[in-house]
Formats: sequence, C-alpha cells, structure tokens
Amino acid sequence: MTQSIVVQVGQCGNQIGCRFWDLALREHASTNKSGTFDEPLSSFFRNVDARYSEPLDIPVGRGRDKICNLKARAVLVDMEEGVVSEILKGPLGDVFDHRQLITDVSGCGNNWAVGHMMYGSMYREQISEAIRRTAEMCDCLQCFFTLHSMGGGTGSGVGTFILNLLEEEYPEVYRFTTAVYPSAEDDVITSPYNSVLAMHQLTEHADCVLPIENQSLVDIFNMVNQAASKTSKISSTSKVKGGSTVTSDTGGIKGQEKPFDKMNNIVANLLLNLTSSSRFEGALNVDLNEITMNLVPFPKLHYLVSSLSPLYHLADVSLPLRKLDQMFSDAFTKEYQLISADPRHSLYLACALMVRGNVAVSDIRRNIDRLKPSLQFIHWNQEGWKTGLCSVPPVGQPYSLLALANNSCIRHTFTNLRDRFHKLYKRKAHLHHYTNVDGMEAAQFSQALESLTGLVKEYEQLEGTMGRVHEGAPRLQVAS
Amino acid sequence: MSLVTVQLGQCGNQIGGQLFNTVVEDAYGKGGLGCTKKENTLYQDAVLERFFNTEEPSGETRVSCSQQALPTARAVMVDMEPKVIQQTIQESKKSGKWRYCEKAQFCQKRGSGNNWAHGYGHHGPKARDAVMDIVQREVEKCDRFGGFLSLMSLAGGTGSGVGAYLTECLREEYPHSFLVNQIVWPYGTGEVIVQNFNAALTLSHLYQSADAIIVFENDNLHKICSQLLSIKNISFQDINSVISQELASVLQPAASGDCSRTNSPGELLERLVPDPQYKLLNVRTIPHTSERALAFSSFTWPGLLKHLRQMLIANAGMEEGVDWQVKVHSRDRRLSSADFISSLANVLFLRGKHCESTDISPFSDPRLYSSWVPRDAACSVFRQQRPFHHYEKYASLLSNSQAPVGPLDSLVGKAWNMFASRAYVHQYLKYGIAEEDFLDSFATLEQVISNYSNL
Ligand SMILES: Nc1nc2c(ncn2[C@@H]2O[C@H](COP(=O)(O)OP(=O)(O)OP(=O)(O)O)[C@@H](O)[C@H]2O)c(=O)[nH]1
Ligand SMILES: Nc1nc2c(ncn2[C@@H]2O[C@H](COP(=O)(O)OP(=O)(O)OP(=O)(O)O)[C@@H](O)[C@H]2O)c(=O)[nH]1
Ligand SMILES: [Mg+2]
Ligand SMILES: [Mg+2]
Repeated sequence: MTQSIVVQVGQCGNQIGCRFWDLALREHASTNKSGTFDEPLSSFFRNVDARYSEPLDIPVGRGRDKICNLKARAVLVDMEEGVVSEILKGPLGDVFDHRQLITDVSGCGNNWAVGHMMYGSMYREQISEAIRRTAEMCDCLQCFFTLHSMGGGTGSGVGTFILNLLEEEYPEVYRFTTAVYPSAEDDVITSPYNSVLAMHQLTEHADCVLPIENQSLVDIFNMVNQAASKTSKISSTSKVKGGSTVTSDTGGIKGQEKPFDKMNNIVANLLLNLTSSSRFEGALNVDLNEITMNLVPFPKLHYLVSSLSPLYHLADVSLPLRKLDQMFSDAFTKEYQLISADPRHSLYLACALMVRGNVAVSDIRRNIDRLKPSLQFIHWNQEGWKTGLCSVPPVGQPYSLLALANNSCIRHTFTNLRDRFHKLYKRKAHLHHYTNVDGMEAAQFSQALESLTGLVKEYEQLEGTMGRVHEGAPRLQVAS
Repeated sequence: MSLVTVQLGQCGNQIGGQLFNTVVEDAYGKGGLGCTKKENTLYQDAVLERFFNTEEPSGETRVSCSQQALPTARAVMVDMEPKVIQQTIQESKKSGKWRYCEKAQFCQKRGSGNNWAHGYGHHGPKARDAVMDIVQREVEKCDRFGGFLSLMSLAGGTGSGVGAYLTECLREEYPHSFLVNQIVWPYGTGEVIVQNFNAALTLSHLYQSADAIIVFENDNLHKICSQLLSIKNISFQDINSVISQELASVLQPAASGDCSRTNSPGELLERLVPDPQYKLLNVRTIPHTSERALAFSSFTWPGLLKHLRQMLIANAGMEEGVDWQVKVHSRDRRLSSADFISSLANVLFLRGKHCESTDISPFSDPRLYSSWVPRDAACSVFRQQRPFHHYEKYASLLSNSQAPVGPLDSLVGKAWNMFASRAYVHQYLKYGIAEEDFLDSFATLEQVISNYSNL
C-alpha cells in the first residue's frame, strides 16, 4: 500500500485541508470498525505512540495494533498565523504534528511574488525539512497533494514554490494540485496576476491539476438547498439525508461551521473519492498513478474537470435502477461540474469514471453505452474511458461517482482569467508591488502570459478537430 | 504431468484463483457420478498432479495435526501492489479444498499504473531474481514438469508489462519448456484508455517469447454471461468462472484418440502450432448452461459438434445467434476470403458419455484448413469419458485460426492512430521505451495480421 502527503498552503488550502482530514477520519471510522491501524488508514495517517516526546511511529501490524494516536501525513503552511492556529485550537488540533507547521505573521498580501520569491526562499529549508520528515515516515510515498487558492499570495506563491521544490527533491513522487480559481467577482484585486503566475508553474511542474471555482461550489450548494426545501414540501417523509456531499453532520466534527465549510466539504469529497480506490479494495482498482497515465495525453494538458454525484440523495432510497443511471447522467451536466464549464459541448480528450459502492461492471458498461452518443471524443481516443470500481461507498451513501474529464471546455476558464489579467496588465496596475520584490522580474509576467496563451491554443487546436471526419492514419505496410 | 501457473497482475491473479477452484470443483464434483469409481480416482489423481502439489514440503513442519494438509496450487503469484494477491489468497481459503503455497508470492507496494513501460522497464527487471527463485522452487516440486501457463490481461501495466518481461525471462531460463500465455483481451470500450498501446506492446513481445497465446475476449465473455447464463449484474467473478471453465475443459486430463498421449502442453503445441509465425489460439466450448437449465436440456454428440463447427467457421463466440448462412466451400470456388474463418489446426476435446464413439469427421474436412496444412495434421481429438462438471456431454475446440485477426486488426488500428498523434507516448518514454520500440511492435503485429489474413 502506498501513502500520500497533503501539503496545504494559505488560508484556502488550510481550510480545505481541515475539512478533508475531518471527513477522512469519519470515512475510516465508518469502515474500520475494529479500531486497528490498517492499510487503508495508513495511506493518509500515521499511528504514533504519543507518550514519547519524539512520538514513535507504529507501523501497520497484521490487524493487531490498535489505533493509538492518529497523525495526518500533512504539512501546513501559511504566512500568517490565524488560520493554522485556529485549526490547532479546534477539534482536529491533535491530528497535526506541531513540527509539520510553518507559519509567519504577516501574510503575503495577495502578492504572488512575495509568496514565491520572498517567503519561498526564506522558508525553503524549513519547508524542505518538514516535508522530508513526513516523507521519511512513509513506507512507499506515491503522491503529494498540494491544496491552495490561485488568488491569494501565500496559496499561489508559496504553494507553487513548494511544488517546484517537490519536483526537485522527489522527482518520482506524483504531484497533484487542487487549486481554487478566483471567480469573476473575487474580492482580491490582484488575483488574476497571482493566478496566471501560478498557472505557469502548475503547467510546468504539476502532474495533474484539479481546478475548482468558488462560484461553482456556491451554485452546487444552492442547488442542493433548493432540492431539499422542495422535497420537504412535496412529501414530509423524504428529505436530504445527512451525509451528503455538502453536509457532513453524521459523525463530522460538531461546532461552529465557518462560511467556507460547506463549499470546502465538496472539495474534500473530491479528494476522498479520488483516492478511495487506492485506499480500499475493489474489483477494478485505480491507483493514483493510473489517473495521470490515462488522462494526460500530452504533458502540459493535465488540467482535469471534475464532477461529483450524487450531490445529495433522498432519504427514501429504495435504489431503483433509474437512480443509479441518473447518477451517471448528472455527472455530465453543467450543474455538477466543480468549475463553470460544459464538457458535453466541448471535446473530450479522455474521461475517467471512478465509482464507489454497490455498482457492477455491467452498470458502468450500460451507462457508457448510453452516454457516449451525446459526447464528443477526439478522433484518436474514441474509446477514451477509464473506469474504476471501489467496493467501499462514501459514508451514508450506497454509491457515488467521480467523473474526471480532460476536456477542452477548460479553456474558457483560462481565457476568462487571461482577459481579467489583461485588464490589469495593460494599465500596469499594481505591477510595481510585484517587481519590487527581490528576484521578481517583469519578464515573468509576459512569460506566464505566454504559457497560458500556449495552453489555450493547444486546447483550441484540438477542439478544432471536433466534428471533422478523420480517416485513420495510413497503416504500416509489411511484406505479405 | 504438471503445469506451473504464473498469475500476473490483478486480472491474472483473479483468474488464477478461480481456475484452481474450477479444476477442484470438477474433480470432486458431480462428474464422478458418470463413471466408475476407479476411473474417477484416476481422474482426480491426474488433476491433482497437474495443478497441485500434495507432498508435504520437507522443511515445513505442520502447524497442528488437526490442520489437514491441503493440496497447494502449483502457482506463482505476481503483482506490483499487495491488495489483489491478499484478496485472492483470502478467497482461496473459503474453498477449504486447496490453498496457495505461502512462499509463492511476489508483490511490491505500488502497481504499474497501467503503464506497460513501467512494468516492463522498471518493475520487471527488479522482480526478476525473486520471481525466478519462486518459479524454480515450483518447477522442482514437479516430478514431470509439463510447462508454464501464464495468466494476464493485456490492458493494465503489470500483467502486460511485467508479464511480457517475465515471459522473456522464463524463455531464457527454461529454453526447452513450453510457455503458454492466457491473455484477457480488453473490452472494446475500455476501462483503460491506453489499453491499445499496452496490448500492442505485450502481444508483439509475447510473440517472440511464448509458444502460444490463448486469447479470451472480455466482450465475448460478457455476452456469454448475460445471454447464455442470464446473469443480471455481471462481475469479473462471473466472467472468470467462464474463462476458468473453458480453460479447464482443455487442460483437465484427457487422452488422445489412440489413448497413447495425454493433453500436455507439449502435445497440444505440437498439434496446434506447426509454424511459429502462427501462435494465436482461442477456445470455443459448448454448451454454456447453468446447472438448473441443464436439467431440462438434452444434447447429442452430433448436435453439439455440428453447432461447434458452425461456431468455428462463422466465428461465433458462443452457441446462441450463430450465423448458419456461412458455409465452407472448396478453395477454388472461394469468392471472397471474408466469408468463413479458415484454420491452421484444431484440437477437439470431448468429455462425457459415449465420447469415444463420436464421429469427428466434420472437423477433418480439408476445406476448413489452409491449403498447405497436411491433411492428417489439421485436426486431432482428446477424449475423457468422465463427465466434466455437471455436463453430461461437453465439447471444446482449441483452435489456431483466423478468428483473432479481426480484433487484432482493430486494436492495432486504434493504437496506430493514437501513436500518429503521439498522444500518451511521453508517458512511455519516461520509462525507457523509445518511439522505435513502438514502431517495432507495430511492424511485428502488422506481420501477424498479414500472415493470418493470407491463410
Ligand atoms: N473554496 C474556498 N475558497 C477560499 C477559502 N478561503 C479563501 N478562499 C479563496 O481564496 C482566495 C484568497 O486566497 P487565500 O487562500 O485567502 O489567500 P492566502 O493563500 O492565505 O494568501 P495571503 O492571504 O495573500 O497571504 C479567494 O479567491 C477566496 O475566495 C476557503 O476556505 N474555501
Ligand atoms: N476477465 C477479467 N478481466 C479483468 C479482471 N481484472 C481486470 N481485468 C481486465 O484487465 C484489464 C486491466 O488490467 P489489470 O489486470 O487490472 O492490470 P494489472 O495487470 O494489475 O496492472 P496495473 O494495475 O496497471 O499495475 C482490463 O482490460 C480489465 O477488463 C478479471 O478479474 N477478469
Ligand atoms: Mg492568507
Ligand atoms: Mg493492478
């Protein structure tokens, strides 16, 4: 079994991380009834004997060793103290090893350069050391998950600094980034700069990026609420059941919910479902390395559009077949995507369906056959489906689906971002705040822009092949 | 005669576990009622010798007297991640009739991630020494070693990549042993996007190292499960049961027409692979019926064989929906080559009552075969009067024919299209595979397609 390390950076990264650890604990609590430290748990957690000042790691025994003290395989980084110290004071505080925290006091002031250049070099040693310590406690480290916003200074700047560091020091270990993109009415004025500068790094150094947009999370959240109130009017017996993707009342940590919590739960579920097949058994396992292998046809085109379904399910489930098929249909609609994009009307390069719970191979086959005619796949990948079956469902649900699409619709998010960048850049607004930072050069703006433009163009070119008739490439001739 | 089975990757291990269950169930099941006690005992002994080791290993002391020594499978389990092997061992314990040897497993911590090059270029070489040690131990346990049976899928990274690498190692270290690889052809609409690359690389490599490749297509097996066995929610377990049954029906003990030979890999290969340029085999069996439905059916040998022959020439994967319009005609009057499937060699297995007096002449019709095949070499038969499982009569046909050409051609076509756009190729280059290696594989397979098409 392999392990993964979560590196959560900045306010957004840490708040999402916090929800992730909470839900991960809940998920393992519900599948691991015996209370022993098992392989699935070990992928994100260590079991330590905390009686020693240097807590001792207890390796996975053959189902004998009880859970003593679970510690997250996490590194928490923020250039201000507030968010991290609040997490430590909260109910999850115990899960984090205090040596895995790196904080400063002043924040990056929404400035990528301050994060990437200044704090990056200042904290390089410390970050590297914290990661090394966490990595050494893994028996086979497979993947780093970095979580951060693209708009904030710490998230975008320090986050991508760490990404480069990981590439340098752990070239064999996969780097997955979950990045929260700023919405059009984001309150951070410089967020387009930060995002474009950060994207340059993500395009060059990440193996896989899962972009998330806050507006989409808000829309999903509203949709679930509306459905809940509607159904409670129609029939008093059915209501949105606890334990859906948005709420987490069953077993989750009680206490005050913060404004972002509900949205962050969605992202946390994305991560749980993404990794479930590498943690639990199933008839068709999908390890993390299979995701990039199957979904990334060209090195830079590693941005995946994700959707989760069901986002909620009604309490009166008797699991008729239609519901299961509905889950598959939903995952392809605009409303279920975690960024504002419509994959159905753009070109698929590849698509993964990661299913959890009580679903058979034939259910997946039937749904692929059903959905395929309405979707466009690139001519050299007409059967571009990757499927996975994990037998352990999410807590409180019979089954779930995570769809990951490498789809040209992502370019709209990128062109929007580029347009907003241009608005600032043509006025040279706020530029000096960046160029004043040691090590930051004006050229980096144009390079980052060029990289983004190149990326958009690649997607455009591929999308341009859509709808055209393609003859197969002429085959090799052999003597007969 | 004994076979050593090498279970590779998730698919190979899952099928292996099922195969051992199937041969044991057959040996100790209802079939024994259809023959004399002595015949049944002989059959059971032969099954055990083929697939299991019943000797107490000298060094191993028994844990307790109450723990009966179960036969251990002559199997080597290989995967690059631990979960599947653990689960397969767990499953095998449920049978209570056999077990896996404790020291015959090799696994690593992370799989090959569907990357053939990762399996072939990285995991394979690292696994070599340890796996070859286990293999050697298994081979040494056999009094009469008959050959290797490797089980693997084409689409993943481990079964295919590590499998192709280890098959080459087996060839090097056992140059005179028989190597038969059973492969699972991926579903047309895949579970693995790079499956056509992985499959093309695997097949072209196996073509150089294995003696024969027995092809099972998931699409066809799926159809058998849904249409003939009426299974609603089809699982890999259901599919693996069908594979195991078909495979067992050609591997379980049987004797040649004159009773002088048994169906060892050597005997089968001598009959089926007269020319190393042609080594793609497939199996067709009849009937596929659940035990319940079987009670209401009755079959005659001529009826079964007539059906089986039509399945062969019309290239049908199962007995239902066979196209009876397809006819063989003699070579000179043949209009187009597409109308019926031409064979190089066929071996027929008949199991059950009165099989010894069955007329097999429908299969020795020279028009079924390529013109250069010698008349008497084209078709042979192995018989076993003891019924197979719950089937009063069971017929299987192991063929070297044009049947795999269609799927192979389509697979190579798709892989070639993807290669032309260079999609995904960078993932392979990372593990030391060059573009030329792809080209070599394509060339090998185009040659295979061309050879078979010209039969
Ligand atoms: N989904 C989600 N978005 C958040 C959260 N917190 C902040 N954001 C978004 O992140 C962006 C701001 O970045 P932050 O993460 O707050 O900034 P930071 O990384 O801490 O950087 P500095 O504060 O500049 O040092 C805005 O687009 C916010 O909408 C959160 O908990 N969840
Ligand atoms: N018939 C059958 N096919 C299977 C089974 N398990 C997987 N497959 C097929 O095998 C292919 C996937 O390969 P796997 O065997 O899972 O992969 P692997 O060899 O473990 O390699 P990696 O996981 O990539 O390291 C797909 O085509 C599946 O349809 C099984 O139990 N039975
Ligand atoms: Mg902040
Ligand atoms: Mg595997």
